[in-house]
Amino acid sequence: MNFLIGAFKPACNISITFSDGKTRKQVPMKKENGQTVMVPLFQSQENIAGKISIEPFQGKKIEHNGVKVELLGQIEMFFDRGNFYDFTSLVRELDVPGEIYERKTYPFEFSTVEMPYESYNGVNVRLRYVLKVTISRNYGASIMEYQDFVVRNYSPPPSINNSIKMEVGIEDCLHIEFEYNKSKYHLKDVIIGKIYFLLVRIKIKNMDLEIRRRESTGSGANTHVETETLAKFELMDGAPVRGESIPIRLFLSPYELTPTHRNINNKFSVKYYLNLVLVDEEDRRYFKQQEITIYRLQES
Amino acid sequence: MMLNGAEDEEKWLAEGIAGIQHNAFYMHQALDSNNLREALKYSALMLSELRTSKLSPHKYYELYMRAFDELRKLEMFFKDESKHGVSVVDLYELVQHAGNILPRLYLLCTVGSVYIKSKEAPAKEVLKDLVEMCRGVQHPIRGLFLRSYLAQISRDKLPDIGSEFEGDAETVMDAVEFVLQNFTEMNKLWVRLQHQGPGTVREKREKERNELRDLVGKNLHVLSQIEGVDLEMYKETVLPRIVEQVVNCKDDLAQYYLMDCIIQVFPDEYHLQTLETLLGACPQLQPTVDIKTVLSRLMDRLSNYAASSPDVLPEFLQVEAFAKLSKAIGKVIEAQIDMPAVGAITLYVSLLTFTLRVHPDRLDYVDQVLGACDKKLSTIPKLGDSRATKQVVALLSAPLEKYNDIVTALRLSNYPRVMDHLDNGTNKVMAMVIIQSIMKNSSCISTPDKVEVLFELLKGLIKDMDGADVDELDEEDFKEEQNSVARLIHMLYNDEPEEMLKIICTVRKHTMAGGPKRLPYTVPSLVFSALRLVRRLQGQEGDIVGEEVPATPKKIFQLLTQIIESLSIVPAPELALRLYLQCAEAANDCDLEHVAYDFFTQAFVLYEEEIADSKSQVTAIHLIIGTLQRMSVFGVENRDTLTHKATGYSARLLKKPDQCRAVYACSHLFWVDDQDGLKDGERVLLCLKRALRIANAAQQMANVARGSSGPVTLFVEILNKYLYFFEKGNPQITSAAIQDLIELIKTEMQSDSATPDTASDAFLASMLRYIQFQKQKGGVMGEKFESIKL
Repeated sequence: MNFLIGAFKPACNISITFSDGKTRKQVPMKKENGQTVMVPLFQSQENIAGKISIEPFQGKKIEHNGVKVELLGQIEMFFDRGNFYDFTSLVRELDVPGEIYERKTYPFEFSTVEMPYESYNGVNVRLRYVLKVTISRNYGASIMEYQDFVVRNYSPPPSINNSIKMEVGIEDCLHIEFEYNKSKYHLKDVIIGKIYFLLVRIKIKNMDLEIRRRESTGSGANTHVETETLAKFELMDGAPVRGESIPIRLFLSPYELTPTHRNINNKFSVKYYLNLVLVDEEDRRYFKQQEITIYRLQES
Repeated sequence: MMLNGAEDEEKWLAEGIAGIQHNAFYMHQALDSNNLREALKYSALMLSELRTSKLSPHKYYELYMRAFDELRKLEMFFKDESKHGVSVVDLYELVQHAGNILPRLYLLCTVGSVYIKSKEAPAKEVLKDLVEMCRGVQHPIRGLFLRSYLAQISRDKLPDIGSEFEGDAETVMDAVEFVLQNFTEMNKLWVRLQHQGPGTVREKREKERNELRDLVGKNLHVLSQIEGVDLEMYKETVLPRIVEQVVNCKDDLAQYYLMDCIIQVFPDEYHLQTLETLLGACPQLQPTVDIKTVLSRLMDRLSNYAASSPDVLPEFLQVEAFAKLSKAIGKVIEAQIDMPAVGAITLYVSLLTFTLRVHPDRLDYVDQVLGACDKKLSTIPKLGDSRATKQVVALLSAPLEKYNDIVTALRLSNYPRVMDHLDNGTNKVMAMVIIQSIMKNSSCISTPDKVEVLFELLKGLIKDMDGADVDELDEEDFKEEQNSVARLIHMLYNDEPEEMLKIICTVRKHTMAGGPKRLPYTVPSLVFSALRLVRRLQGQEGDIVGEEVPATPKKIFQLLTQIIESLSIVPAPELALRLYLQCAEAANDCDLEHVAYDFFTQAFVLYEEEIADSKSQVTAIHLIIGTLQRMSVFGVENRDTLTHKATGYSARLLKKPDQCRAVYACSHLFWVDDQDGLKDGERVLLCLKRALRIANAAQQMANVARGSSGPVTLFVEILNKYLYFFEKGNPQITSAAIQDLIELIKTEMQSDSATPDTASDAFLASMLRYIQFQKQKGGVMGEKFESIKL
């Protein structure tokens, strides 16, 4: 029995710690099973260093063909679950083949790692970064341990950030002009703008501003598009008359947004849109959608 | 949806209240446990109840008040940072995360209030932000209440002068700007309410709107309470902005209410200095707006202001208040073609009241007002509207009441013109008012011109008007009217005889047109008025001999003759006779024998030809005798003729007692108890004897007719005459004759057939006592009476 149990149990305990683990910022991450765990946060060009300790269970020894640690950047499509596409893969050999009798600790370091893409957990796609420790063995499966971490990349404020201004309407029915103060917003930004009613011949009941996320995966004929409405923010209650101007002030911080991702490794894109929706008394909807770019601003 | 029954509405209200209470309960729990997140969540849910569209304004208000009370508690919580641990700046952002706009904005206002109080941001910035953000609610009722909430919480936080929120960068201008903007937006919402839903429920909606109007008006009240709004700012900013909004909203309900609001909430001196702006707005208002009430109230206020202190009057002059008001009213009337007559006239009444109170010395203003009113009335066929008529009466009465003096009113050239527009009945009423005013104030009208004007005013009373229905006249009213006119004539007076004569001529001209019904009332007044003039001239006659004087007694007497003659058309012979006699007496005093004779002739002619009734004859003959007795002007011949006639008439009276009395009265015609008076004892005795004979005859006739002798009254009366002449020293009257007469009376009294008569008994006893008294007194008279043996 003992043997049998031992056969299915890992022969050792592997722990991965980061050298600045105590001070490094931790952020929540949602795992596949729905649980949220706190993981360290990195950004591109950072050194990722730490220690890996392997501790065999009491009275066990581990024979191995070598120990290595890999830093992987993976994209996982949910229609092709379990099949990871590695866009980044770095390896450090930790040990030559041999035996481990007792606890052994290996330092490791990946310096100035290029991690161009941010971690992302979407509807149909996931982009993740992970440290993978492998103890290869002659017989039996290799022993592996993973440590997820999150990557976020910051952008400076864009040098050009024009406002979005547009006049739209239905002839002889509704004519409006709207303006959003920028076309690019950072995650904690606030959208300021106004809607000016040039002509109103329909009985409007209310007006909302929606933030929509459009996630497209795959390419060509296999393109899969998923759209979510992340925010529905009422801008106006009641029917305006010609000449009214309605203010917009929408804080982005309450919503779970990510930066805009464009064509990540030819695998997927995440885009954001502002959707202005007018609803009339017969519940007909009139809307106009505008793309905005969302970026992550370095927090000072 | 609003058309459903009131029952449904009650149900919805109850549901709303329940919703508020429910969420408020959880909100309280969160507040007690200092849980900001939960507090925000439940307060937003609670406020979501206000998103309903199902309630009428009245019910919605109830709901709003519930939420309002809860928000006070939330505000207390927000104020205490130690409880929730979030800075007010962050809180201001946090509440804006709410997805629904109405709860979001209520919360924002609530935090905004705390924000301003904390002074972490300039009040003006917060206020500006709030008033701007509230634009998001365009639903009329919800928007109005939201903005009303904003007005409510910001009232004590405006950066006013002397307020703790006033700073270098924040001026009262910001406060004003804020309130004005909120006002403008609220008014727009309020007006828009009118155009919601189907057109069939217009009336209901107007009622609902009326219920909401104070929400809008409160902003103006707030503006008026801002210390820093001085005249300059009011003139340059506040008023023009308000007026602009009022004019532009093109809604009659709003325009009327707001104009009235402006007038009521801002101080009088501001109105005075901004009349141009305020009045300039009036013609631009919708034609259905009741401008007359608005303007009337304005003028009322201004006149009260003027009355409050004499110091403010120069201001009125300086700004030419009258000219501006007058112009504005003209424009309004011009602009509102459909305004009924009563409206226009009411406006003029207000203007007139204003003028009278503010510029009592400017009669030309008053006349201008009347002129304008006359012009307006001329465009209307005839006043049929009783309310309009009432207003015209008010218009005409105002100057009378103010000046207490008709003379002033008579200088108003347009006064009669306006009065002409009245119908006959009202015209008379107005005329009576004028007369009463004259009487009450004892005003004296002293020039012919004014008299002319006055009579022109009073013509409704003076003569029959065209188209007046004579049958309709109430006898009592008519009498009163004419008596008033008669009294009035005595108020027309001038010390200058010439002027006075002109006045009399004028009055005559007018009264003569009065017709037979009026003459008996007016002629006596006129005659006595003329006689008064005659008496006055009497005194100064000596001074003006030889000159070509128009006002001589002679001339006046000619006039009088004509006047009295006019009574013949009535006819009123008794009256005419009295008047002739009065004139004769006056002529006597003026030493005009021919004139006096002529009057007597007239009187006699009347007596002979017109007075047929025996009772009237008796009265007339006594009058004639009395007057004639006093005449001193006649020469012997004339006097003889007249006395002869008089005695002749006396003897021809129908009844014996009347004859008797008239005849013994005639005895006085021959004995004038003056120094150089006529004293013809013989003819006196003749008369008395004749009277005795008639008395005897009367006694006998009575005996024959009734079997009993009549009373001895006549004898007693004759005895009285005897005694009189005896005492006056008429040699023909002897003590023996008196004694005989007394005897005779006594005998008659004791006879069986005599009817006892206490009056004659007393009379006799009194005379006997007198004789005794004279005897006892002694002296010459005593000796004389001593000869009478009783």
